[in-house]
Amino acid sequence: MKVRAQIGKVLNLDKCIGCHTCSVTCKNVWTSREGMEYAWFNNVETKPGIGYPKDWENQNRWNGGWVRTPTGSIRPRMGGKWRLLAKIFANPDLPEIDDYYEPFTFDYGHLQTAGESKAFPTARPRSLITGKRMEKIEGGPNWEEILGGEFSKRSADYNFEGVQKEIYGEFENTFMMYLPRLCEHCLNPTCVAACPSGSIYKREEDGIVLIDQEKCRGWRMCVSGCPYKKIYFNWKTGKSEKCIFCYPRIEAGEPTVCSETCVGRIRYLGVMLYDADRIEEAASAENVEDLYQAQLDIFLDPNDPEVIAQARKDGVPEAWLESARRSPVWKMAMEWKVAFPLHPEYRTLPMVWYVPPLSPINNAASAGKISAHNGMPDVRSLRIPLKYLANLLTAGKEAPVADALERMLAMRAYMRAKTVGGVIEEEIACEVGLTGQQIEDMYQIMAIANYEDRFVIPTGHREDAEDMYDEKGGCGFSFGNGCSSGSNDTNLFGAPARKKLQTPTEVF
Amino acid sequence: MADFIHNLLFGIYPYIALAVLAVGSVIRYDREPYSWRAGSSQLLRRKQLMIGSVLFHVGVLLIFAGHVVGLLTPIVVFDTLGISHGAKQLLAIVAGGFAGVLGIAGATLLIHRRFFDPRVRAASSLADNMVILLLWAQLALGLATIPLSLQQLDGHEMVKFMNWAQGIFTFRSGAAGHIVDVALVFKLHLFLGLTILFLFPFTRLVHMLSAPVRYVWRPGYQVVRSRKLAR
Repeated sequence: MKVRAQIGKVLNLDKCIGCHTCSVTCKNVWTSREGMEYAWFNNVETKPGIGYPKDWENQNRWNGGWVRTPTGSIRPRMGGKWRLLAKIFANPDLPEIDDYYEPFTFDYGHLQTAGESKAFPTARPRSLITGKRMEKIEGGPNWEEILGGEFSKRSADYNFEGVQKEIYGEFENTFMMYLPRLCEHCLNPTCVAACPSGSIYKREEDGIVLIDQEKCRGWRMCVSGCPYKKIYFNWKTGKSEKCIFCYPRIEAGEPTVCSETCVGRIRYLGVMLYDADRIEEAASAENVEDLYQAQLDIFLDPNDPEVIAQARKDGVPEAWLESARRSPVWKMAMEWKVAFPLHPEYRTLPMVWYVPPLSPINNAASAGKISAHNGMPDVRSLRIPLKYLANLLTAGKEAPVADALERMLAMRAYMRAKTVGGVIEEEIACEVGLTGQQIEDMYQIMAIANYEDRFVIPTGHREDAEDMYDEKGGCGFSFGNGCSSGSNDTNLFGAPARKKLQTPTEVF
Repeated sequence: MADFIHNLLFGIYPYIALAVLAVGSVIRYDREPYSWRAGSSQLLRRKQLMIGSVLFHVGVLLIFAGHVVGLLTPIVVFDTLGISHGAKQLLAIVAGGFAGVLGIAGATLLIHRRFFDPRVRAASSLADNMVILLLWAQLALGLATIPLSLQQLDGHEMVKFMNWAQGIFTFRSGAAGHIVDVALVFKLHLFLGLTILFLFPFTRLVHMLSAPVRYVWRPGYQVVRSRKLAR
């Protein structure tokens, strides 16, 4: 057993209102730069839909994640090391920028400077790559927002596998949910495995996966390797970039920007302990439906004295062990089993988990044709098909998702009985395998969701690694070139360099 | 005067070019690691790159290997192995010609893409544009030497270049003297080649120094960095 700690995350989709505050604050902090306009470390998709980049879940097309070989080991789906190197001159698994969208701005200046005219002046779009006029915007980071576009296109959604999807195209039967996505900071990341330069690494102390910008050579294999398509190639600098889990904030004990600013309070951050020796074993489970359980099995109980002793031996700081015991992620993933990994079938052992959303009861159920017990409907009569959620969260295994939805319904029924009826109905809790106290805890953390309950983040111990006095007067967060950004505003002789691409506002 | 210029270009310039290549690359690697990358534009436009880049890289790598082995292996080695100069030259013509055709076909596609695709053009720097044009010209010059070589199949001319290259690398003062009487197209090819070496550290060409061969024997797949080890 080798104990490692990771800052894990849970997103409660039941409470996501799709406001995109997470995406926008993240964008403003990290990716509002030339070359990264098209990149969203955090984005929110409306499901069902093909998502961003288009069709990202279709691994037959992009070859992301891992496959299990006949011998029982795993290798990247792109191919083993030689096969992968053979793709270095031209990578057939790499999306083109149009698969994301061509970044654009509008000629806002024209609104102020246009001369007198009969019609209102308009701000027309302009490409941020070429600076040229775009007659039509063909895509965006959230092109299917709230079921935008025709069902025939959106229904290419990979999660419809095994679902009779035609009826969900009908207005009466339609359903939707939001899926905020960011880097999963996997335990078995394919991006790391696919990087020929060895520039991507997982930090031992908190599990954050980062790209060493000095070591990245832009071979762009990570973009293909990541099945979540959460690594972005910066077309300006020629280097890949990804969500850094706001590590400067995490190290200071603060939540990531997306979590901090989430108005729905759906995001949770907490420490998870896991057995690093069993990662490969868990990732190579034979049946994809067992991968969810396999990942649960390598998480270690932070209250187990044996685990605590080993963790101390492996150098996990005391504050981290304490945080692990109070971790909201542990509670939702392990105690209540209401949170699930996103697409465990990719075998990356992702560490951003999701609580599945409840949905209104469909027509048949409300017409009394579906059994309801204790005022709780059968989860199979909910509007979002169980199979759809299972395809998203448990590689198609429906039982765990059904149990989670039942527990969430039970929480509502229990608390309704308590606050409206004034009675404690312990049997509601018993029926879903919980106690009344556990339901109260669930309510406190999932419904009330106080700041200190959502974010239990121990500070990093930088003093272990660096002489902090040397950092005095340093340049803080920079782009890997020491204090230089890699591009100079002056030329070799000190004169201002050639002007960069300016999007003209006068041209119309 | 002609002798002076000849010696300047083929006796002294090689050292300048190689020194700039070595020192420039080291300085750039040390001072500007963020700028050290392959500079792929595949994300912006896939078209033409899929074939062009593979043809170009395969061709150029074959040619590069051929030049290194062909020019820098001491002649004694070939004589000992019993490979006649004529046979070696024929091999160089056939293999080099084949690789050259691959390379120039790829480079042509890449040039078309770089100059006529609006996205790639907008994202290209002066160095990006220059380097592909120079490489195309160098491939063309190299191919243009083939008809001349075919006229003298005894390998005599080729030995001159081997003597020159080995003379340069072993610091012989009269190295340039070996190639005084070769045809102009060879001289242009050599001069342009040296110039490419000269420009190497200032362009995206540096990515070839980072060819990720180590990946093949990197143990396992995962990379974990520990702070404690970093001390």
